[in-house]
Amino acid sequence: MADRGRNSSEGYTLLAPTLVVMGLALAAPLALMAITSLKNQSGITFAQGWTLAQYVDVLGRASYRSLFLRSVLISSAVTAVTVALAYPMAYFVAFHARRKFVWLVALTIPFWTSYLLRVFAWKIILGFNGVINSGLMRLHLIDQPLEFLLYNPFAVVVTLAHAWAAFAILPIYVSLEKIDRSLLEAASDLGDSAMRRFLRITLPLSMPGVIGAAILIFVPTTGDFVTPQLVGGTKGTMIANLIEVQFNAAGNWPLGAALSLVSMAMVGVIAGLFVAAARAATRSAR
Amino acid sequence: MKSPPSSSKAIGHKKSALLFYAFAYLAFLYLPVLVLPIFSFNDSQFIAFPLSGFTVRWYQGLAADTAMQHALGNSLKVGLVTALLSTLLGLTAAKAVTHYRLKGAGAALGFISLPLFIPDIVLGISLLLLLGTVGLPLSLAAVVLGHMLVCVPFALTVLIARFEGFDRNLEEASADLGENGWMTFWRVTFPLMLPGIIASLLLTFITSFDEFLVAYFLSGTEATLPIYIWGQLRFPERLPMVLALGAIILTVSVGLVVLAEHVRNRGVQKPMVGA
Repeated sequence: MADRGRNSSEGYTLLAPTLVVMGLALAAPLALMAITSLKNQSGITFAQGWTLAQYVDVLGRASYRSLFLRSVLISSAVTAVTVALAYPMAYFVAFHARRKFVWLVALTIPFWTSYLLRVFAWKIILGFNGVINSGLMRLHLIDQPLEFLLYNPFAVVVTLAHAWAAFAILPIYVSLEKIDRSLLEAASDLGDSAMRRFLRITLPLSMPGVIGAAILIFVPTTGDFVTPQLVGGTKGTMIANLIEVQFNAAGNWPLGAALSLVSMAMVGVIAGLFVAAARAATRSAR
Repeated sequence: MKSPPSSSKAIGHKKSALLFYAFAYLAFLYLPVLVLPIFSFNDSQFIAFPLSGFTVRWYQGLAADTAMQHALGNSLKVGLVTALLSTLLGLTAAKAVTHYRLKGAGAALGFISLPLFIPDIVLGISLLLLLGTVGLPLSLAAVVLGHMLVCVPFALTVLIARFEGFDRNLEEASADLGENGWMTFWRVTFPLMLPGIIASLLLTFITSFDEFLVAYFLSGTEATLPIYIWGQLRFPERLPMVLALGAIILTVSVGLVVLAEHVRNRGVQKPMVGA
């Protein structure tokens, strides 16, 4: 009914500008990145011919491999922690809050300032003379400032779990809000306990929101070099830091391009698994 | 299964536990954000406790900081252009996929949404390589292009959701009553789409205004606000001023949200259909 008597060429015309822009700004640059990653760099200029040396380096060097692994582990931890912390919050707003809108505004206000400053604020909180250390010393719970709070993967996870919280709360809230309340009543009437009802109805039906949140958080956090640089220390360095160095200080663009493509493929595969899981979850929920 | 007699009490416990959690979570969200205004009024260049006394000199310093104001102007420009272009491209693409049955629409949507699955740093670097190969300079225009990559998928998602809840009969009724295509768009389609368009403009503007990773590789000599802030973080003596800037951004954005909500409420009270 929707396209009755409509000319589909009109539709393609409408779609074309967006596709052209994305083709120019996305497909062409990525193709160029693939070409760059195969170039032979000697000194500061490209030499003749092609080489797989960068890929041999990226996949073969143990220090790079452990950096990839650590990045995936940190981002996975961030994703899991952020979603786990946000879920009860979103659940409260969707099912128990009296003034939902006020809660949603209150939950998003902290994100209305610079991302860099939100990250930097954690340096102030976790630092040597920071909020936590001076608070604990004031209470005489410790004599010396705790040094394990900052400059490690833990600090990166805490900071990112805070910086990306809105991207977990909102999708999960939306999927919880969509749940047909009569299904919950039916489950109770049929004798399900509150826990069983949650596990059999609420949780599966909210999975699309959970998976959506996971993708929205996992993908960008693997590419963030700001947070590791500000609060991660040497043990919290991630793959994006190495990429950034290749394009600035080290000036090794072919290696940087190869590192970028490999991490993109890695993130793509993991995000693809999330999407497949989301599809399966929605199908089984229907 | 027998139902325990104290089930309503158990529910009450569960609810108060959730309420307690909600406030604890709010505290976690607000603690870092409150650090910004607190230290922006602290009379010491060291960001550490104990506090030293009240001052507004960091705000006075900001008022005299032309580099910051230039960066702010750049960010506003980039954000505005990015928001308009991304929303326009999102609007046409969303209309195409929701109003027409097109072959390959799914693939096109997947392609447009691809940036959601690519880390921003890779998007920025690939555009950097493109500009270098074509011989174009790094510029704010390049930043806009990079930001559009990030923003178009967001705009598309918001606008498709709006189009899907759209009653096509209203457009057909308008046409049947003799309105031409342009008047139908202006008096029926556009007002119905307006909330979606505004949501898309807001979301894309905020995303662009606060975007760092892409702009870092593409902005060249023209700093956007996040680039400026990043530069300042290296100089400890500049930090209180940066925190003052963060406090101002926060205050202005909250003010805008409250204002937008006020306008929205007034809009709702107005009669839905004009004469």
